[in-house]
Amino acid sequence: MITKRIIPCLDVKDGRVVKGVNFQGLSDVSSPVELGKYYSDSGADELVFYDITASVEGRALFTDILKQVASTIFIPLTVGGGINTLADFDRVLKCGADKVSVNSGAIKNPSLIEEAAKRYGDQCVVLSVDIKRVDSVFRVFQNGGRENTGLDALDWIRHGVDMGAGEIVVNSIDTDGVKKGFDIPMLKAVLDIVNVPVIASGGAGGIDDFVQLFQKLPAIDAGLAASIFHFGEVTIPKLKETLRDNGIAVRL
Amino acid sequence: MIAIIDYGVGNLFSLKSSLDSQKIDSVVTGDKAVIKQCEKIILPGVGAFADAAESLKQCGLDKVLIEEAQKGKPILGICLGMQLLFDKSYEYGEHEGLGLISGTVRPIADVIPKGLKIPHIGWNALHFPKHKAKSPLFRYVNEGEFVYFVHSYYCADCEQSVIAAAEYGAPLTAAAADKNVFGCQFHPEKSGDVGMKILRAFHELGAPGKERHK
Repeated sequence: MITKRIIPCLDVKDGRVVKGVNFQGLSDVSSPVELGKYYSDSGADELVFYDITASVEGRALFTDILKQVASTIFIPLTVGGGINTLADFDRVLKCGADKVSVNSGAIKNPSLIEEAAKRYGDQCVVLSVDIKRVDSVFRVFQNGGRENTGLDALDWIRHGVDMGAGEIVVNSIDTDGVKKGFDIPMLKAVLDIVNVPVIASGGAGGIDDFVQLFQKLPAIDAGLAASIFHFGEVTIPKLKETLRDNGIAVRL
Repeated sequence: MIAIIDYGVGNLFSLKSSLDSQKIDSVVTGDKAVIKQCEKIILPGVGAFADAAESLKQCGLDKVLIEEAQKGKPILGICLGMQLLFDKSYEYGEHEGLGLISGTVRPIADVIPKGLKIPHIGWNALHFPKHKAKSPLFRYVNEGEFVYFVHSYYCADCEQSVIAAAEYGAPLTAAAADKNVFGCQFHPEKSGDVGMKILRAFHELGAPGKERHK
């Protein structure tokens, strides 16, 4: 049976990992290559590199770094951040990315999803959505969760899948950073309307949050987190062993 | 030297890098003369069957692959590259493949239970047929080890050639072989250490010194 995926997310700015912390045995925790390799060696099923650079020079640096990562680490790599055009897809795919995650770029220009899916295949296009409840309605936010687009999140996701998005990352702004667990009701609402893989993001504070996620939502495909892995609060081997002990299929 | 066939389909960066990491010499090429000189061939591929088959034909590489296979040269097709080795695909119509492994390519939706997600994407375990000797391609891999899949179609009607299967509501062909022609539905170049072991075993095929001491 297919296993549940555990995905660390690395924010990269000007070629360095932001929020890198102390890991034993790593000489440079801010190096995307070293940290990526550390996660890959410890059993991460996939890695997400998020480019939060704003400058053109920083972006060129990111593609160089991505090439280094992709020639060192042989698990699936997803790249997001600053993806607005097909040329952006092309740029990161040529450097070894397997999937490309779109967010604001797709909101500005929804045909980006369709064009990218036609050219590179559905499996390559990941639609990442930042969602927050406003008057009990799930709304899509953009610009790092600061701006309400007014879009109904479930409508937007349904539309995205119709246009060819092969995977959905649901990032709950309501639970993000709170570390009290994933947003189970929001994720359930999304799982109910799509038949493509859904990745949960936002809210993981500890191992038990992942156990709860996969037990309460058997249809969820993956859990994504950043800081709890970076700060060593949760190690991937321990997390996966605990999931296995709770009857959840993982790759060990 | 392994020829990684470049026919304008898909991204060959990871495949080339993964062979480099194993210190296996390879060249990305669409040049027939170079392909003929190499000892082994890898046929990659992503995207739609019909487009890829057409590109192979337009580059004149379909004939080269068939000739080299008939000479006994080891060939490994990966993902869509595996499907192209088969007789025919039913992806959006009916399309001829290279016919190097007997069987057809069909939608996984035909065999898996309703409700399971398509594509079959993620890490799944390899199971080797119990009544057959393990293929040399998997000499370094154990039953139940995980590899990375992304596909909506699978190779069917090929029970004789199946050398590994994966369970996704139903058994799906994970790898197949007919003599010197091999195909992997999964991506060894994205399957971490297990994938590297498979690429190494392919590299060592037919090298008598290394075959002897298993």
